[in-house]
Amino acid sequence: MALAFSKKEREALLDPLFNNNPIALQMLGICSALAVTTKLDKAIVMAVSLTLVCAFSNLAVSLIRDYVPTNIRIIIQLTIIASLVIITDQILKAFVPAISKQLSVFVGLIITNCIVMGRAEGFAMQNPPWVSFLDGIGNGLGYSIILILAGFFRELLGSGKVWNYPVLKLVTEGGWYNPNGLMVMAPGALFLVGLFIWALRTWKPDQVEDE
Amino acid sequence: MQRNGTLYTILFAAMVCGVCSILVSGTSVLLKDRQKANMILDRQRQVLSVAGLIQPGEKVSADEVRASFADSIDPKIVTLATGAYDDTIAVETFDQRRAAKDAATSQAAPENPAKVLRLPNHALVYLVTQDGALDKIVLPIEGKGLWSTLYGYLALDKDANTIRGITFYEHAETPGLGGEIDNPRWKALWQGRKAFDDGWKPAVRVIKGQAGPPEESPHEVDGLSGATLTGRGVTNLVTFWLGENGFGPYLAQMRSVGS
Repeated sequence: MALAFSKKEREALLDPLFNNNPIALQMLGICSALAVTTKLDKAIVMAVSLTLVCAFSNLAVSLIRDYVPTNIRIIIQLTIIASLVIITDQILKAFVPAISKQLSVFVGLIITNCIVMGRAEGFAMQNPPWVSFLDGIGNGLGYSIILILAGFFRELLGSGKVWNYPVLKLVTEGGWYNPNGLMVMAPGALFLVGLFIWALRTWKPDQVEDE
Repeated sequence: MQRNGTLYTILFAAMVCGVCSILVSGTSVLLKDRQKANMILDRQRQVLSVAGLIQPGEKVSADEVRASFADSIDPKIVTLATGAYDDTIAVETFDQRRAAKDAATSQAAPENPAKVLRLPNHALVYLVTQDGALDKIVLPIEGKGLWSTLYGYLALDKDANTIRGITFYEHAETPGLGGEIDNPRWKALWQGRKAFDDGWKPAVRVIKGQAGPPEESPHEVDGLSGATLTGRGVTNLVTFWLGENGFGPYLAQMRSVGS
């Protein structure tokens, strides 16, 4: 399939992956990136949920952007986001109950995730629906990349597993790998995300802030 | 109508709320049966795991859980005050948490450190049978931890004294600290401890620091570091449900039958 996207649409979709990553450059959504990345499956379910919520909230906000009374626009955005989050939570509870239980409050807290609000107010309010939808997907994917990387390394180093399959045999089970306890705690994710940002800025030096 | 006029603003807000509430309640109604089935399955899985019929980390399909539950678990309704079984209430539809809220089927609990506010008249226990004979008794337990009410199960041996397992299926304690009550290694520490002392008073408790093996410290369980208050909550709620207001009368009967 040829790329049928215009330049603006491509930018909306792809820029947030590395050039303008919501976590690594805008420093948004750090809280959940630390909280739900102890295991890869949790991280992926969270990433998918946030991507969908972000895309559809952008779409909905963009559709009504010319009709929203400006003085209540934030509360309208919040209502839409909150509804989408509740629906997502219900779907997770019905179809992946085990993971939904582990994610517990963090799915609900997508409501307060700055990425979703930020894109609704900062992008969807000024742009037409289709490109806003792509922007939502793009930012969701940018968030997902960091979450999945962090989830992968934390599960591997912290529990010796990838996607719940033992990869490094643990000392406690007669193997050789002594799990890194830091990786199962939130600070481990903070260091990992810091390392990702370092790597990203070495690759793209223009993201480094001026002294 | 003006876009920033008061009437327009109110109408717009009402419309958005209307659409959103239809979507939210629609999803909720559509998915309710599925969620309920998941909850019952999860409950059965928890009972099987506290009874030691599912090992931690073992993958068991939904059908296997249902089959295993039907095979070896016998749910019974107990009248808490007397400790006798009550066969007049249907087990399938009995919901202990709802019963505890209904004034007709419950009473205010006496002041207790586990902060149990209402005590249901009846409780649902699970008898675990092996080759037709009673093997374990699984009791529902609940009470305040640090942040949240913990709901779980305690499995006792047929002697109604030796602990065979504990599990919590619902709580909102801090992940990594109080949330470690879900850690299989900590739960395994309970096995073999004695619930009661020589005078048949509830004695098992979570201490600060480490306890020895069950032979040396029969009534003590290792504390969780960073979770002293959750541990205290667990002690309180286990003490309450083993005590005279909880399953005390029932367990006394089980002992006299057993010996």
